[in-house]
Amino acid sequence: MKDFGATRAVDGVSLTVPTGSIYGLLGPNGAGKTTTLRMLLGIIDPSSGSRRVLGRERPLEAAQEIGYLPEERGLYPAMHAREAIAFMGALRGLTLREARRRADVLLKDHGLGEWARKPIRSLSKGMAQTVQLLGTIIHHPRLLVLDEPFSGLDAINQGKLEQLIRNEAANGATIIFSTHVIAHAERLCERVAIIAKGKVAFDGRVDEARARLRPIVRLQTRERDGPWRSAIPATSRTEGNTFVFELPESGPEPLLRALIDGGAGIEALAIERPGLHDAFVAIAGEKTAAAMAEEKPQ
Amino acid sequence: MKKLLRGAFVIGRRDFAATVLSKTFLFFLLGPLFPLLFGAAFGGIGASVANSREKPVVAVVASEADFERLKVSRDRFADAIGDQYVLRFLRFEPAGDANVQEAALLASRSPPVEAVVTGLPDKPHLAGPVAPDGSTARQLRLILADAAGTYTSPNLVVSHTDTSSAAESKDQATTGQVAQTALFFLTLLLSTMLLSQLVEEKSNKIIEVVAAAVPIESLFVGKLFAMLAASVLGLIVWTAAGAAVVASFKSLSALPPPAVGWPSFLALIVVYFAMNYLLLGALFLTIGAQASTVREVQTLSMPVTFAQVLIFGFAATAIGSPNSGLAFAAAAFPLSSPLTMVARAAEDASLWPHVVAIGWQALWVALILRVGAGLFRKTVLKSGPRRAWWRLRRA
Repeated sequence: MKDFGATRAVDGVSLTVPTGSIYGLLGPNGAGKTTTLRMLLGIIDPSSGSRRVLGRERPLEAAQEIGYLPEERGLYPAMHAREAIAFMGALRGLTLREARRRADVLLKDHGLGEWARKPIRSLSKGMAQTVQLLGTIIHHPRLLVLDEPFSGLDAINQGKLEQLIRNEAANGATIIFSTHVIAHAERLCERVAIIAKGKVAFDGRVDEARARLRPIVRLQTRERDGPWRSAIPATSRTEGNTFVFELPESGPEPLLRALIDGGAGIEALAIERPGLHDAFVAIAGEKTAAAMAEEKPQ
Repeated sequence: MKKLLRGAFVIGRRDFAATVLSKTFLFFLLGPLFPLLFGAAFGGIGASVANSREKPVVAVVASEADFERLKVSRDRFADAIGDQYVLRFLRFEPAGDANVQEAALLASRSPPVEAVVTGLPDKPHLAGPVAPDGSTARQLRLILADAAGTYTSPNLVVSHTDTSSAAESKDQATTGQVAQTALFFLTLLLSTMLLSQLVEEKSNKIIEVVAAAVPIESLFVGKLFAMLAASVLGLIVWTAAGAAVVASFKSLSALPPPAVGWPSFLALIVVYFAMNYLLLGALFLTIGAQASTVREVQTLSMPVTFAQVLIFGFAATAIGSPNSGLAFAAAAFPLSSPLTMVARAAEDASLWPHVVAIGWQALWVALILRVGAGLFRKTVLKSGPRRAWWRLRRA
């Protein structure tokens, strides 16, 4: 729980992130994602409640095993790229010599070798964000916390970042990232928590979230009427000559049998599993989903 | 504690390098040269103006023999009390009508004539815009009496001693005052820089990266000691290279020896400079941490400077009476303690009060840093539940 004066920013968020997973915090701006992450990292204390990070109740005790990329990026403008990365490594327990060595390797691996000794202020925004991200992973953290990591990145850099997140996860790191872009969470996450108005609306696997909704059936028939129509739910809607309805609980087989036996003349039939966006709308509500959609495009 | 110090070292190292390796540090090092250059320039101009302005004289219309007697007496006074305090005479040969000559002399501008003396040796007469009981007339009476041999005194035998207890006490107070003033000005120049130390982190959003990695106390301690190190580096450069400092060394040897002796006194000056810097710096860091912009820092600078002057004034009350109640209060009040104690070192030979004072000051540095970090977490990071200030704790 976290209050800022009279405002309750986080209202009873309770989460458990499995080791080694990629975990997404989904929610619109102001939902309480960043505050939750800050409490988790020990930057701020909760007004009430507790937290446990990598087995420690005081997050700073585990700081050397955690990497953190804040939503509002920040680097010393006069510092060289190499020194900026090394500084972040040193903050997380590396010796300066080792941090500089790793910074050189990372910059070279990410195509920024020639920028190593250039001041941050001379780098493009994308380059500077890459430098900060490299500083976040320089010490090979067991837990990587990324707050809106895709914010401000172009499509190419977003792709690179997704790959980097997958690589870190493949190397055994647990990754928590917040986003208000469902597509990123859907592509990357095994588990998500949907946060709205400071509360957890859902916490679980992505397929569990999607499984909350019934699959959608899209059906086109030659005949418009017949005894087979009784197999189509009354709640169905039509889009042109296509019937759209939730797959009945009895499953596809009775539906198919009724359509064939009734002579519907099936021209096209698709059973679609709902996406995370549909699940989000169902869980958090249309209003919240609309608010997220209106936020700055990533 | 180890993690706190390690974090402080990482931050301090970055800050020190960022400060010392920046181009602006050159200006910082050259800073003391500006007042010296200004001083030299304006001093030169002033001296030139002073020299170009001819000093007024008292015109003496007399024979050479009469004037010589007067001049010998005048020079004796000048030897005793300083040439600048004694009337300056210029002889003029009597010529024609005395009244006309007197009027002509009083109208003279080269050199400007203050008054005219005539009638030597028997009927001296002073004419000019001077009062009968004014300093010119009184001084002239003494010189004339001396010249006439009417002013006699018994043969005074003088036995010389190096000092007296009263003189020693006064001299040591002077040494204390010089040290205290020097310490005050050095700290005044350097510690206010700490007001703006956290603005960079806050404006660049680096604060969150740092706060997630190390305790906020590390940030405060690192910044404080980095600036202390940069200031000490500046002092070393100034001391080694500044002509003014060389001159002050000359005057140092002219200062009366402090009660604790020069080696201990110089060591205590260094320690008390550090403690004064750390105490005020920790406070300024705390105050400055609440500011979000350079404009806010600038607004804070003036009251902070006045507060320092007030503290200096409080510490200065202890000079001359190191064992008084006021002196004890000034030594006990943490912010005035270093200045008070450095003056005490000049006047009192006991060393144990300094051990106690340094421990006391160090305790307050830690306390201010702790409260400052807690306040920063509370007000800037908006961290933690509502709780009494004395129960601030870190994550």
